[in-house]
Amino acid sequence: MNRLTTIGLVIVAILVIVAILAPWIATHDVGATNLSLRYLPPSSQYFFGTDSTGRDIFSRVVFGARISLKVGLVVVAVSAIVGTLLGALAGYYGGWIDRIISGYVFNVFLAFPGLLLAIAMVAFLGAGLNKLIFALCIIGWVGYARLIRGQVLKVREYDFVQAARALGASDARILLIHILPNAIQPLIVQASLGMAGAVLSEAALSFLGLGVPPPAPSWGVMIEEARDLSTLQAAPHALLFPGLAIALTVLAFNFIGDGLREYLDPRQRTR
Amino acid sequence: MRSFFKHKFFPILRRFAIFLLVVWTVVSLVTLLIELVPGDPAVSVLGEQATPEQFAQFRERHGLDRPPFFFSFPRDVDGERHFQWHGAENRYTEYWIALLKGDMGRSFRTDRPVIDLIRERYPATIELALAALLIAVLIAIPLGVVAGKNKGTWIDNLASVVALIGISLPGFVIGPLLVYVFAVKLDWLPPSGRFDWSYLILPAVTLGAALSAILTRMVRSSVIEELNEDYVRTARAKGLSETKVVYKHVLKNGLIPVVTILGLQLGVLLAGAIITEKIFGWPGLGLLLVEDGIGKRDYRVVQGCVLVISITYIVANMLTDMVYRWLDPRIRVS
Repeated sequence: MNRLTTIGLVIVAILVIVAILAPWIATHDVGATNLSLRYLPPSSQYFFGTDSTGRDIFSRVVFGARISLKVGLVVVAVSAIVGTLLGALAGYYGGWIDRIISGYVFNVFLAFPGLLLAIAMVAFLGAGLNKLIFALCIIGWVGYARLIRGQVLKVREYDFVQAARALGASDARILLIHILPNAIQPLIVQASLGMAGAVLSEAALSFLGLGVPPPAPSWGVMIEEARDLSTLQAAPHALLFPGLAIALTVLAFNFIGDGLREYLDPRQRTR
Repeated sequence: MRSFFKHKFFPILRRFAIFLLVVWTVVSLVTLLIELVPGDPAVSVLGEQATPEQFAQFRERHGLDRPPFFFSFPRDVDGERHFQWHGAENRYTEYWIALLKGDMGRSFRTDRPVIDLIRERYPATIELALAALLIAVLIAIPLGVVAGKNKGTWIDNLASVVALIGISLPGFVIGPLLVYVFAVKLDWLPPSGRFDWSYLILPAVTLGAALSAILTRMVRSSVIEELNEDYVRTARAKGLSETKVVYKHVLKNGLIPVVTILGLQLGVLLAGAIITEKIFGWPGLGLLLVEDGIGKRDYRVVQGCVLVISITYIVANMLTDMVYRWLDPRIRVS
């Protein structure tokens, strides 16, 4: 573990605690507007100041952690499970399922930008948190499937797998007990980087007005609301704090992913 | 002759087949996505107050009165679904036929041909993407080389951390921050619009920032790898200056993987351009998609934009692949 990974883990730990304890940490009501209190600078009462409608930015950033982490966790979990399942089946059995998944799905889905597909899907489905999660899962699982398929193809040929087969183990047993545990390491790296990607995508889509609808304290929504010229002039902190929250979260997951990759792949360590 | 087919002709044929497959999928997705719209597109465009005649006219004009696909499973009077064949008279085939004639339908709102709207906006997006690419390369190559040459020192660590921060800061955070500093506070550059070259700077930097960070890391690891090669020792042994070794020999070989990343990142750039264009009111395809298309529920415009952005991306990828093969003959054989 290097220093950056530790920093990443600490940030993520803080983030998780903040998200769980959000109602106790937040100092104000996230929805309460008060135009006489708009554009207040950071102070001991409003830690991050107030926005264009007088809402407390600190409380909104705190509750925003819930949305970001929820999207990240659900998207990564669903994508990883579906991707692992289909990737493993394709890698292990080959045949028509492999031809569909690696011949068609990989070539097609990885051939155009995922964010664009997510934007298109949400554009037609309508905005909303669940639709956004659905769209991100549809594009998310392909990367995991490709990774696991490659791993399974490699591990499948190892001696201990041949031995298990010679002993008469069933396909399910070989796949679940012998192959997958040995194929899953890079998945952890991918999942960590996937968290960063999902948090970013959620913020981006919410920023475009395609994610969580506005009164909700999504970091992307907060940035969208803070970026008109009059708000920028009067309250740059309304942009700065949610921006910092996104950057720190994404940075933390990237640090963890990078650190894990180096840790799991010793060849990179010597570089 | 056999090796010509095996190494040159078949790979190109295969790539072209995949290209057709991807285009087919994108067009199919785009035409069928409109079925996902909750409720009736005619109602969401015209509003609840329109007369039945207006609805009927709108549906006929935009082909929405035809069945969506070759077959469907409508409910009968008892509420049971059953198979129904519609034949070739459906929206899917009509969209394809029109598309092959270069027609993408008409805007639901303005009634203008979608292809004209796209033609007006396309150059702005390409201009933005290329400017971003240029900025990214101009930052990444010197920074990556310096970091790679001084591997393990504080310069290297600093460059790596800067690069990671660049990757983690999304455009919709960098963009408004740049607007705040350079447009609101310093008043050096305009905050939005597209008139002279000064309007291009902030959007291009915003869009290029993440790419330059990724490229810096790429160039760095490439330089480190190449510096260990035998030809570098030879070049040094014959007395070449370190600058010449790095810029004439190492960089030339080290840039090969960078070119691939550049091509692959062009798609990310095009997707990122959607957000950047919204931040800076840059009148490209992204703004067309987000404001005129999604914002006003003009589904025809959305279809057209998604299609054109996807195809641009796919073509860019194919070209990258060809450049890559041309640069590195080893790949051609293996």
